[in-house]
Amino acid sequence: MSDVAIRVEGLSKRYRIGQRERYYTLRDTLMNAFKAPFGLFRANGKQSSILQDRDDTIWALKDVSFEVEQGEVVGIIGRNGAGKSTLLKILSRITEPTEGYAEVNGRVGSLLEVGTGFHPELTGRENIYLNGAILGMKKVEIDRRFDEIVAFAEVEKFIDTPVKHYSSGMYLRLAFSVAAHLEPEILLVDEVLAVGDAAFQKKCLGKMGDVAKRGRTVLFVSHNMFAVQGLCQRGLLLESGRIRLDSDAAAVIGTYLHLGVEKGGEVNCNFPEDAPGDERGRLKAVRVVSEWGVTGQIDISKEFSIEIDYWNLKPENRLLVSIHLHNGMGICVMTVSNLPSASLTPDAWYSRYYPIGLFRTACTIPGNLLNDGTYTVSVYVNENNLPRLLDSDNIVFVPHVLSFEVEDTGTMRREYTGKWLGVVRPMLAWQTVQIE
Amino acid sequence: MSISDSSLRLHTLLIRPGSRWVSLDLRAIWEYRELLYFLTWRDIKVRYKQTLLGAAWAIIQPLTVMVVFSIFFGLLAKIPSDGLPYPIFAFCALLPWQLFAHALTESSHSLVANEKLITKIYFPRLIIPLSAVLAGLVDFVFAFIVFLGMMVYYGIMPGSAVWALPFFVLLSVMTALGAGLWLSALNVEYRDVRYTVPFITQVWLFISPVAYPTSLVPEPWRFLYSLNPMVGVIEGFRWALLGKVSLPGMPLAVSAGIAMLLLISGLFYFRRMEKTFADVV
Repeated sequence: MSDVAIRVEGLSKRYRIGQRERYYTLRDTLMNAFKAPFGLFRANGKQSSILQDRDDTIWALKDVSFEVEQGEVVGIIGRNGAGKSTLLKILSRITEPTEGYAEVNGRVGSLLEVGTGFHPELTGRENIYLNGAILGMKKVEIDRRFDEIVAFAEVEKFIDTPVKHYSSGMYLRLAFSVAAHLEPEILLVDEVLAVGDAAFQKKCLGKMGDVAKRGRTVLFVSHNMFAVQGLCQRGLLLESGRIRLDSDAAAVIGTYLHLGVEKGGEVNCNFPEDAPGDERGRLKAVRVVSEWGVTGQIDISKEFSIEIDYWNLKPENRLLVSIHLHNGMGICVMTVSNLPSASLTPDAWYSRYYPIGLFRTACTIPGNLLNDGTYTVSVYVNENNLPRLLDSDNIVFVPHVLSFEVEDTGTMRREYTGKWLGVVRPMLAWQTVQIE
Repeated sequence: MSISDSSLRLHTLLIRPGSRWVSLDLRAIWEYRELLYFLTWRDIKVRYKQTLLGAAWAIIQPLTVMVVFSIFFGLLAKIPSDGLPYPIFAFCALLPWQLFAHALTESSHSLVANEKLITKIYFPRLIIPLSAVLAGLVDFVFAFIVFLGMMVYYGIMPGSAVWALPFFVLLSVMTALGAGLWLSALNVEYRDVRYTVPFITQVWLFISPVAYPTSLVPEPWRFLYSLNPMVGVIEGFRWALLGKVSLPGMPLAVSAGIAMLLLISGLFYFRRMEKTFADVV
């Protein structure tokens, strides 16, 4: 028996652009046949070579090869569209590769979504059986695990209530609980932890850790670097459908956080029509500015600003600007916004009506606040309809648009020279008195 | 934690681009029989949820059609009914017809309706139209009970031919599944099917001997007429349950042949298209 659980060789997958979004009507096919009369009669097998020449196809995955040993827990990371989900879909046989092959040794369970096949009209009990069967569990297995599943989900009292009456939290707990009790030899998991509140996520993570410790092979796709770091020994970084790095988890996470994110201290969109946003407003630029000017390197002890330039395109608009800072572990270090009650110096434009024009909002971050390391900036510009803020009020949201490095210049290193643990490294007031 | 015994031996699975030629791989369906059971059960359970009359709909529909047919075709147009009371003559045909029409409609829409399942998890896709067809059998059973009541009312006793009834039920299910496989697979790529299915069932109703007897069709056209597999099914039902007409030998043989052809070609077409369902649906 070989101890390789998954062997992937030259795996590639091509999609027609828009294939996932649209479907064809018979009319389209007939029209195309009319335009190219012999197309309809061409053997199907030749279609691929025609597709290859056209530029409306993309390779979601291109020439990917790797091996995973039995019992390994591998995190697959990459930006949106890097091919992570496509890889899992091929390995779980939902879609076929265009080229290459994969060899999978062992019973596969895939978890691309929690609650697949849940029916709102059915009760919790009924959905456990239905969902379990969909995930590939046998009825006797579900019978045996039933009490465990219900207990883990904490829905004992509502087990015979249709799930449409469940709160979203209960629904998710039940859905995850069924999935968590699936015991395949190889588990493929996609972003399952991206749902639910923090407590629930923690519980899920714990359960995933248990699965990993029991010696199962796990392939884990996530944007949550903390989860990847915690669960996986090994990481696989995908970029534009190819493997960019196959190494230990920490190294892969480090590379990922620097990948594709602008490090020069500034990103610019010169043409309003291509810039992030919509007809109400668009983002022009984001930059990090120290006392020396625009930079990607910040002295840990010096204050610096994050500047956001944006066009307001709607007359009499009221806007709200927010920034998220994430550190190298993917933890959101802070969310800041130019709300008057959340500002040291109130922003006069906060309550004003913006005329059409170009604006710059700057936020100053003091020195001796952030710990050393890499940070990414995510930018929000919202229509200010507070106290009520809907998703539709969001005009610009650009996650991780820019990264910068906070560098330790030794100001806090005169006495202690080791690593300062923690998300922040503030300088605070200290005092000791003798009280007896 | 224990794992079930079957998973202890190591399965090796090779995933590679498929060839054009596909095997039917019916063993995979057998392996997933529990999922088939649960999906069928779900369709049955959910069908009449949040309706006022619930499963009564399974009876109301054929009864209404029977009444309308009896008044307009039987009473007013005086269409012959092989010497039987017209209502039971029509209802006997509506039993397999409703089963067929329902199974065809449900299976045609089934893949698109279960898009979430198809894009998120692997299982033999055949399970989906198959469960849609099987769920229709429950309505058939309800309507059949009403039919038994009508038999008692009209004092008709089925002859020894009644043993053949399961065969005709099977034949109508096969026909519905065959057509349903074609249409459901086409529906994934061409949403025209959504508009075609009501039209198809409507036309199909008129070219089947539901409201009139096959004897109304002139002899030289009988063979062509029998190419519709529902002709054999409906005549078979009348033969098995009402006993008045003789065994429809020729149309039955032709219908069974066509139904087989439809089912096998449907299976192959479905299997061939199956691998792109998740990309296209």
